[in-house]
Amino acid sequence: MITSVAAIPIELTVNGRPRRLEVLPHHTLLEVLRDDLGLTGTKACCLVGECGACTVSLDGRIVDSCLVLAVEADGSEVTTIEGVAPESRLTELQRAFLEKGAVQCGYCTPGQLMAARDLLDRLPHPTLAEAQEGLAGNLCRCGCYPMITEAVLAIAGVEER
Amino acid sequence: MQTFAYARPTTLDEAVALLQLHGPEARLLAGGTDLIIRLRDGTLHPGVVVDLKHIPELRPAVRERDGYISISAGTVMSDLVGDARLRRHFPALVEAAAVVGAVQIRNRATLAGNICNASPAADTSPPLLVYGAEVVAVGPAGERRIPLDDFFVRSGQTTLRRGELVAAIELPLPGRRTGAAHVRRTRRHGHDLASVTLCCSVDETGLVRLAYGSVGPRPFLVSDASGTLADATASDAAKAAIFERFFADASPSPRSMRASPDYRLAMLRVLGRRALATALERLEAGGAR
Repeated sequence: MITSVAAIPIELTVNGRPRRLEVLPHHTLLEVLRDDLGLTGTKACCLVGECGACTVSLDGRIVDSCLVLAVEADGSEVTTIEGVAPESRLTELQRAFLEKGAVQCGYCTPGQLMAARDLLDRLPHPTLAEAQEGLAGNLCRCGCYPMITEAVLAIAGVEER
Repeated sequence: MQTFAYARPTTLDEAVALLQLHGPEARLLAGGTDLIIRLRDGTLHPGVVVDLKHIPELRPAVRERDGYISISAGTVMSDLVGDARLRRHFPALVEAAAVVGAVQIRNRATLAGNICNASPAADTSPPLLVYGAEVVAVGPAGERRIPLDDFFVRSGQTTLRRGELVAAIELPLPGRRTGAAHVRRTRRHGHDLASVTLCCSVDETGLVRLAYGSVGPRPFLVSDASGTLADATASDAAKAAIFERFFADASPSPRSMRASPDYRLAMLRVLGRRALATALERLEAGGAR
């Protein structure tokens, strides 16, 4: 059994790449992604699990990374916004966000994209209500909600998202 | 965030020993969706955080045994929503689990954590009470079962003893055909705590069970076996009298930001009737058992 106040070694896979790290018990996955791994696409915002700016995929399920301790992610697979579009191309979903004007200040966008991607994986043809429900954990203070759901619905059913 | 020690027991005995050793200095970590917020804002200062996710018996699982559906302590809301057996036997619990937080929260928040926090606003409490859920607690003296109605004391406080943790929540398979519905009132649709959360069931004998939360220090369970509420020919006054008795314990806090006491009490009556109507429709349509 591990019991520690000092740094704890963990192993996890981030965007397909195995990483070994030492993390303090009170550091969140969000902090480790941003500060230790330099993956600053995942945003820190409300820090109480309400805004979704820090959304990442953890073992295939989206979570608020501000509410996950880094030690809890030991042995897990993490996908961040940096990992969704291989070879520096935009995904169809990202392109749809741009085309529909779903991005204004852009701060919530990585989280919105992670949630939208997860929604479309679970429900390839969502209704408007299902799209809104799937994105209910992601706030946009620019108020881009109609354009965000429009973008999601526009690529519903598209194979390579 | 403040510092604390992290412990990762791999057996129930190790977890219980940690709880005995550290007492209130230890906090259990399951999904973390409440705990981590309180660690960050400083309302809790544990010396040690005990992560339960590496104990095999607590791993996410919904199983049937001895006339019960047993939900292990590591089971998260999304698991409940996706479970065919729960959807068939306990649809109102699934309905409630599906409106807890948003997807990101439901993927992390456990049912056991929801009841251990004992928030009067917890959406899963009313259906669990209505379905007669029992808490399986494991502690230094072994295992004991606690009817959920005897588990809640007030917000943040349960009847768990020092050294005890919740290993599972078990629901007796209903012997009779039952219709049930969970309803709630929130300020915004999608991601909000309930101003009123309520579940009502009615079975083929006309027995009505109703539980409600967010209007007092703990959720309340009431029932009526007269058959009046299921009787389409019974007078409205007779039904209203039963609802008034049901809601006698409601005492919403005037300090809450979410809704005023008057509004909550009014909505309690509206939602009570609405949930009963839906439960009756579902019973009529065949119900669940």
